[in-house]
Amino acid sequence: MTNLVEVANLRVVFHGDRGQTMHAVETVNFELARGVTLGLVGESGCGKSVTALAIMGLLPKGSTDVSGRVGFEGTNLLDLTDAAMRDLRGDRLAMIFQEPMTSLNPAYTIGEQIVETLIRHRGLSRAQASTRAIELLRDVRIPSPEQRVDDYPHKLSGGMRQRAMVAMALACDPQLLIADEPTTALDVTIQAQVLDLIRSLKKKTNASIVLISHDLGVIAEICDEVAVMYAGEIVEHAPVDTLFRAPQHPYTIGLLASIPRLDRRVETLATIEGSLPDMSEIPLGCRFAPRCPFASDICVSSAPPIVDVGSKHWSRCVKAPFEEVRA
Amino acid sequence: MSAPLLEIEGLTRHFIARRSAFGRPTATVKAVDGIDLSVPAGSTLALVGETGCGKSTVGRLVLRLIEPMAGSIRFAGRDILGFGEKELRGFRREAQIVFQDPYSSLNPRMTVEELIGEPLALHDIVPVSRRRDRVAELLRLVGLDARYGRRYPHEFSGGQRQRIAIARALAVEPKLIVCDEPVSALDVSIRSQVLNLLSDLRKRLSLTYIFISHDLSVVKHIADRVAVMYLGRIVESARSDELFVNPRHPYTRALFSAIPVPQPHAQRQRQLLEGDVPSPLSPPAGCHLHPRCAYAIDRCRTERPALIDDHKGHATACHRWHELPALVGASGQDAPTPQLEALMAKFTRPAGVPAAGGVDTLKVEGRRPN
Repeated sequence: MTNLVEVANLRVVFHGDRGQTMHAVETVNFELARGVTLGLVGESGCGKSVTALAIMGLLPKGSTDVSGRVGFEGTNLLDLTDAAMRDLRGDRLAMIFQEPMTSLNPAYTIGEQIVETLIRHRGLSRAQASTRAIELLRDVRIPSPEQRVDDYPHKLSGGMRQRAMVAMALACDPQLLIADEPTTALDVTIQAQVLDLIRSLKKKTNASIVLISHDLGVIAEICDEVAVMYAGEIVEHAPVDTLFRAPQHPYTIGLLASIPRLDRRVETLATIEGSLPDMSEIPLGCRFAPRCPFASDICVSSAPPIVDVGSKHWSRCVKAPFEEVRA
Repeated sequence: MSAPLLEIEGLTRHFIARRSAFGRPTATVKAVDGIDLSVPAGSTLALVGETGCGKSTVGRLVLRLIEPMAGSIRFAGRDILGFGEKELRGFRREAQIVFQDPYSSLNPRMTVEELIGEPLALHDIVPVSRRRDRVAELLRLVGLDARYGRRYPHEFSGGQRQRIAIARALAVEPKLIVCDEPVSALDVSIRSQVLNLLSDLRKRLSLTYIFISHDLSVVKHIADRVAVMYLGRIVESARSDELFVNPRHPYTRALFSAIPVPQPHAQRQRQLLEGDVPSPLSPPAGCHLHPRCAYAIDRCRTERPALIDDHKGHATACHRWHELPALVGASGQDAPTPQLEALMAKFTRPAGVPAAGGVDTLKVEGRRPN
């Protein structure tokens, strides 16, 4: 199986107005095979959305340095011109954002926004595109799509809007779909419906999906592989079953421990003490060391190695694998 | 449990959504539609439901931040709806609120010391000379270093700001705190820090909480009792341990089974609800849930189910709850392996050790909140 996407040494540095810099993403590496769903998980500010925007070529050119390689079907997307990227986006690359109210244009109907994509990328006539738009809305289970197609975004509920976004993203059968927190703004019962929809669409298309979420529960439901990000780096990468059964990075373990369990009640919830490090400079040692209950001197003094801990499973931690560490 | 600190009966609040050209109301939202609640002193009642169910309105009504249209609210035996301005001011010392968004609930132009000192001055609680010491005490109480008093809210992370908001609420030494989605804006690891702090404070200061949340899994760890709301009404209420083992109302079950669990291929009994929450401008007749409920019968479409207690403290507003099949394995969650359990235990502080809570790792100044 060939890889659709190969991200190598991706680095993103933001430059502020007063000369300050922020290293948002630091040497991110991953490969994504066709038809596979990769979860990018991490907390606010860990660089997961910036990684997605860098892949899509959507970061502001003036104030951002993006380096490394984003291979997509053999071409490096970072080398492409803006015009070439525009041809790809909405066609073979598509993205769904967290907040469907701000990512849909309020001045156009849902239908017009889907039709625009189809005319631009597929060269359909307006009539053909309209018929296709209704089909797409039906595919994402919007009731009475013939009427809904002429509705403006504000007329739809949050869940319906996110379905419309999904329909728009899928309009041209993209090979790569990036979904950035697609269900975070939705109520839990609506989230369950949208996750159900994404699961069934996954089976139908052979698209590769990058699903970004802070919620390990959502990741567990949808993804095949998971990359955990912390402070701009991927700290652990594993097949989904392995990651949840036998995580090998302390941050992943801490995240899993922090989720309130449904099957029992505890007196004190597990916490990761402290907060994210300052991203304006690159620390010498491990970025998680100040918050890590397993940390020792070596963690602070030198950068952690990438340790292979199993099939397609690695951890950026000097203490991995953890079976031995356990005293 | 002791006597109720708060007793609510038939509480109702409608909002006018549209008016005719002559100012006559033409559409109303029944945000809170006749609810009864009783909160024993020293306990935590959780109000749970999705957007628009009226849970926050209940919180604001209880504090008289908005006025109810009908019903009664008794606080420590007194009818707070009869309070005049002066009594209301006294009541504000006894009941406080912590809001969801610590980015908008703290005045960005005030230092932490001013923010926490304000209620002290307003209610004249400690003399001016002792005020700074008291602020320092309050900061330590919520796990923040007292030397941060001179800083402004934007210099703190979300979790730290929420601690400041909690310290401000605690300044007047209240009996009751309404926590309106206090951890919803926070990241997972920070969320548990704040939840632990809230439980810890409750025990140490014998506080009573009304904890408003859309997230059942958060509620499980903090609440003694849970009331589930849907479109302005309570559909189920029970002790927390009972509700999670034995949810009866189809809506509670749907909420419960919709929570994504961190376990791939979890074998769960899913009860997905069809469609969206109906417009609160024209909620369905009878049981509000019937258009989305798989068990609805004709009676559900016409007759509003009463919230009936089973005499063991578990109340359900459903005509058919006793006929519904038992819900087994809704969480679908298995215990982690002993190895993983041992590793995760490293992240649990032994009880009694005060929260350090990110005291030493301040966020960079001027960082964009996201």
